[in-house]
Amino acid sequence: MSTSATAPALRKTPLNAVHRQLGAKMVDFGGWDMPVEYSGLIAEHMAVRTGVGLFDVSHMGDIQLRGPESLNAIQHICMNDASKLQVGQAQYSAMLYPQGTFVDDVIVHKLSDNDYLIVINAGTREKDFSWVKTNAQKFHCHVSDYSDYYTQLAIQGPRAEETLQKLTNVDLSTIKSYWFKWGTVCGLPNTLIARTGYTGEDGFEIYVPSDEATSKRVWEEVLEAGKEFGIVPCGLGARNTLRLEAALSLYGHEISETINVYEAGLDRFCKPEKGPFIGSEALQQVIASGGPERKLVGLEMVDRGIARDGYGVFDENARPIGTVVSGSPAPFLKKNIALAFIPKDYSAVDRQLFVQVRNTMVKAKMVPIPFYRRPKKQS
Amino acid sequence: MAYPANYRYTREHEWIEVDGKTGTVGITDYAQNSLGDIVFVDAPKVGATVKKGEVFGSVESVKAVSDLYAPVSGTVIEVNEELASSPEKINTDAHKAWIMKVELSDPAEADSLLSAADYDKFVAEETGH
Repeated sequence: MSTSATAPALRKTPLNAVHRQLGAKMVDFGGWDMPVEYSGLIAEHMAVRTGVGLFDVSHMGDIQLRGPESLNAIQHICMNDASKLQVGQAQYSAMLYPQGTFVDDVIVHKLSDNDYLIVINAGTREKDFSWVKTNAQKFHCHVSDYSDYYTQLAIQGPRAEETLQKLTNVDLSTIKSYWFKWGTVCGLPNTLIARTGYTGEDGFEIYVPSDEATSKRVWEEVLEAGKEFGIVPCGLGARNTLRLEAALSLYGHEISETINVYEAGLDRFCKPEKGPFIGSEALQQVIASGGPERKLVGLEMVDRGIARDGYGVFDENARPIGTVVSGSPAPFLKKNIALAFIPKDYSAVDRQLFVQVRNTMVKAKMVPIPFYRRPKKQS
Repeated sequence: MAYPANYRYTREHEWIEVDGKTGTVGITDYAQNSLGDIVFVDAPKVGATVKKGEVFGSVESVKAVSDLYAPVSGTVIEVNEELASSPEKINTDAHKAWIMKVELSDPAEADSLLSAADYDKFVAEETGH
């Protein structure tokens, strides 16, 4: 028995008992006791690419900004242009520090005029909330943390629409990518259904009441509805390999408080033309001084060996030039891939580089990202 | 899964089956299960020498790399080539999917390894079950 008072208890989503019952392998993910895999990472990854998978992403946070100046507050705190959003639309964005580096990446949803929902990462929940609260202070708007009110489920894969359609009265084909609607899901009225995700695949994220009984019921109904499409519950392991194939950023890897927007290659989501926002001045400086010095690039291993987070990247003369920030076998692509920061002048596709895999220099080449792009819908 | 009674085990989760001067080495079912889908086995070359308690190679799952520790000292006389193309054989049957065969330089070394019962107990303690 351990009676240590120093180790804080791991936080649990309302589905924790369900994951354990399913025999999931659990890990500590940013202070959360989360399933890393159930049936096996590769099977889960493939289900999402070819059928459908279900993820519990309730550890993610939800911040609501409401009030006459909520748009101004969002525009000040987030780098994308939220004035372009229509009601029912969402956008990928990020909150930056004054130096142009990342507090977190977020999805901003426009619920109605003067009412916005920002979905944030799990590991940065407290930091993000106090950041929003502090920086929204000078605007007439109310900031609320609704993170614990919702169980967030991600239904992802080419068969996600057919799966979820069985459980809702909303015609899902009318929801475009990065749009959302409210409707009845599993008998629960006014459920937010967003066509968003973090897998590089088509899919939905739904937000249901966070009591254990409701969460469990919805989880089980989704699994039942997806049975004919081979649905499987998916853990954080597959979530990571799926997002890596799609080259989607993960906080602490491709984005962090020491990586700026240009380095991360996320400037297409950054809109300085909308007017000043936190971090915009520093970003202008970056451009004025000739652009970022390093750049995020995709690597594919040419010889046998798997690049892992933190491994060194070298040029043909064995000179260290950068570091792998995410590296893994890619189960769908069946290649070993990695994202790495290297000096911008090295960035040329097909260029040969080396990754030091423990004691061996393993040949790799630069490839365009994303590594995986989902096929365009037929019909 | 039962741990074969005729094998010996390390606390780093390798097994060895000793037959005279030859030891066959693999990783345990517990090890494969904690690693998850195995995608790569880095085995030593035939002729290499390995030393008890020291790293002789690695196995990698999608998620992680795990070092392999030699249960005994000796010379590598054979490696399981099948694992180069089908590393998942370890997931399917860890106690059959051997990684290397070693000619033991000191067969007595194996005596200090864990018995199946002791290894079972060790794993139970490690996982808290």
